[in-house]
Amino acid sequence: MENIAGKKPALLWVVHLCTAALVALWVLPTFGLLVSSFRTGDQISTSGWWRALSTQESQLPAIRLGGDEVQRDGVFVIEGNLFATSGAEISRWGTSSREPEAFEVGQSADLGDGVTLTVTPEGGFVMSSASSMAEMRMPRVFVTASTPPDFTTNNYSTVLFSPLAGQTIGQAFINTLTVAIPATIIPILVAAFAAYALAWMDFPGRALLVALVVGLLVVPLQLALIPLLQFHNWIGIGKGYLGIWMAHTGFGLPLAIYLLRNYMAGLPRDIIENARVDGATDFQIFVRIILPLSFPALASFAIFQFLWTWNDLLVALVFLGTGNDQQVLTGNLVNLMGSRGGDWEILSASAFVSIAVPLIVFFAMQKYLVRGLLAGSVK
Amino acid sequence: MNPALQALIVIVVGVGGCVGYFFLSNLFLDKVLFPARGPNAGVNTSRANMIRPWLFLFPAMVALGLYLAYPVFATAWLSLNRNGEFVGLANYSAMFGEPKFWESMRNNMLWLVVVPAGSTAFGLLAAQLTDRIRWGNLAKSLIFMPMAISFVGASVIWKLIYDTRPVEQAQIGLLNALWLKFEGGIGSFLLLRLLPGLFVLAMLALLLWAVWALLRPLVKGGSAGGFWVLAGRIVGALVALFLAWELATWLVGIAGNDLPYGQPMTWLSMPYWNSYFLMAVLIWIQTGFAMVILSAALRGVPEDTIEAALLDGANPFQIFFQIKVPQIMPTIVVVWTTITIVVLKVFDIVLAMTNGQWETQVLANYMYDKLFRALDWGMGSASAMIIMLLVTPILVWNVYNARKEMR
Repeated sequence: MENIAGKKPALLWVVHLCTAALVALWVLPTFGLLVSSFRTGDQISTSGWWRALSTQESQLPAIRLGGDEVQRDGVFVIEGNLFATSGAEISRWGTSSREPEAFEVGQSADLGDGVTLTVTPEGGFVMSSASSMAEMRMPRVFVTASTPPDFTTNNYSTVLFSPLAGQTIGQAFINTLTVAIPATIIPILVAAFAAYALAWMDFPGRALLVALVVGLLVVPLQLALIPLLQFHNWIGIGKGYLGIWMAHTGFGLPLAIYLLRNYMAGLPRDIIENARVDGATDFQIFVRIILPLSFPALASFAIFQFLWTWNDLLVALVFLGTGNDQQVLTGNLVNLMGSRGGDWEILSASAFVSIAVPLIVFFAMQKYLVRGLLAGSVK
Repeated sequence: MNPALQALIVIVVGVGGCVGYFFLSNLFLDKVLFPARGPNAGVNTSRANMIRPWLFLFPAMVALGLYLAYPVFATAWLSLNRNGEFVGLANYSAMFGEPKFWESMRNNMLWLVVVPAGSTAFGLLAAQLTDRIRWGNLAKSLIFMPMAISFVGASVIWKLIYDTRPVEQAQIGLLNALWLKFEGGIGSFLLLRLLPGLFVLAMLALLLWAVWALLRPLVKGGSAGGFWVLAGRIVGALVALFLAWELATWLVGIAGNDLPYGQPMTWLSMPYWNSYFLMAVLIWIQTGFAMVILSAALRGVPEDTIEAALLDGANPFQIFFQIKVPQIMPTIVVVWTTITIVVLKVFDIVLAMTNGQWETQVLANYMYDKLFRALDWGMGSASAMIIMLLVTPILVWNVYNARKEMR
């Protein structure tokens, strides 16, 4: 029972530390995006996500004043607060972008034409003038403020329910589900029957067929794009869900057959021979004995296929239309990266909506995934 | 019709259709075509059993043939045509004349070596580290997690890390925030030159040792093994040599380059290095896969070989490199080839992060450009055939092994 983590305690500590560093390196990127997806856009663009819990002093984007004018003691006054939510504390402020830190809090600034403006640390402002300001263009205020940590779930409600790249992420979510579920279920049955034939039935050419399946396992699906698009147009289904279900079924079959055949070939011979002796037909043996016993392999493949169809971009770009009711999450995300590349609050929330389901499936069914990987890699 | 409803109907029709097909065709075979009764019962049964496998295989074979086998030939044919006319190899020669194609080839070669090497190395490290510690399984499942994340999602995650802001603003990308901590002092020397230099030097030594270990049986003669083992050794040595050469150029750079301290870097538009930043994403995803497979293989290493080495006074590193690694070599080859296939098809990461700008183009994205942006099916198919050509050695190797196993 000796290896690098041997009996020496010092070495064991090194192993613990190295593992912790490796795990941190692998988790941090995702964690950073997760934290960002719960921060407001202002917070994301003014500080890194690792500062999310600390108060930051930063210059905020310009705020235009507004409010109703009231007349008090012969002076026209507009009062209000710069911030919609409380918590920020202003240290310096200014009224032009060239001098954003011109004034201290409490100091009153002369805006010309007899208009004066004061700002309190909490963001309250008072603008007063001897004459009416109704016709005046409201000034902009630049503030340097320390803002407390600010977390929100608004990003998620924004991306889920308001159309950003032609459609909502919520719609794309449904589209992806529509693609993934039939594309996961259909190949399983087709492959299971074929795998049984390749594992337990004797016929000439069986070894050749197995070799063919192993060969097709690595054929890049890039080659299939144009010929299949032509084929789909020729049989009249064009671009759409029917086409992508068929394509995913075809592309998933080699792995499905390979995985299931390997698993079924490992089932004990006695059970099958006994059933044959008892007069069961192959169909009965398959449905009553093989299928229930192969559940772990079926589950492994189902997870693979689900993750793959959910995460796929290329097949969806080619075989699905570009209409709003057909765009999937990955396609939507690529569009957002192009059009809203700097809006991290939107990008991060969208990305998390799209990776949430695979992550849940992954953590819930990891056992089967590992088992499938071990069986599926060509030995 | 609502697509969700359509999906439901397709599931019902698809599953029902499959079950119905298998059930009814078997029924037809047994009851109508060759009934197992009457005077010909025996003959009929054996005839039915000859046909039945093909009933089971028929739907799968049709789908495989139509969706994977036929397209290979159709694409080969398309690559010899332009606008419906046969033009021979004109598409290929036009493609070979494009600098963008050679850029893709160069980058793809780099990807093909670096990503499998990086993933396998990190996977092996993670497998060995997590093997015998108590929280090993938790660590494993966290390192494995990126496997579930789509390439596009991973691109968003890493784009945030590589984000660049003007120098007067706070950096929100982790890499730039770290980079700006360095100002050229003694800390920078230690962390940016000495430590990486030593690390690269160690890797270099390891690679050169690997080259020697791989070539030793060839030089000394003796039992070098069969043709495949020989070829594998030579290819492995060449890959290791290439990596060693890359690392040696890095070493020169680490020692001599002036680093632009205090300036935020736009990581994704630095030619040559940006390819590595894209590769990091794929290595991050694939390491979990390598770790899972290699960890199972490490557990399969017989204990007595390790105990024997311990009795002979081997240290932990010798046990790892000279006892364990040679025994799991077949698994390492499997992991390597599987990741190679993934690398050849990589498309999403490049499309989402740089779309091939700043000299980061790869073959799969080049092909997508030709097929669906330039709408040049001839050249697109020609570049797809190049990908197929690169996959072929692995295809042959897999089929060869599968046939060996069947016997």
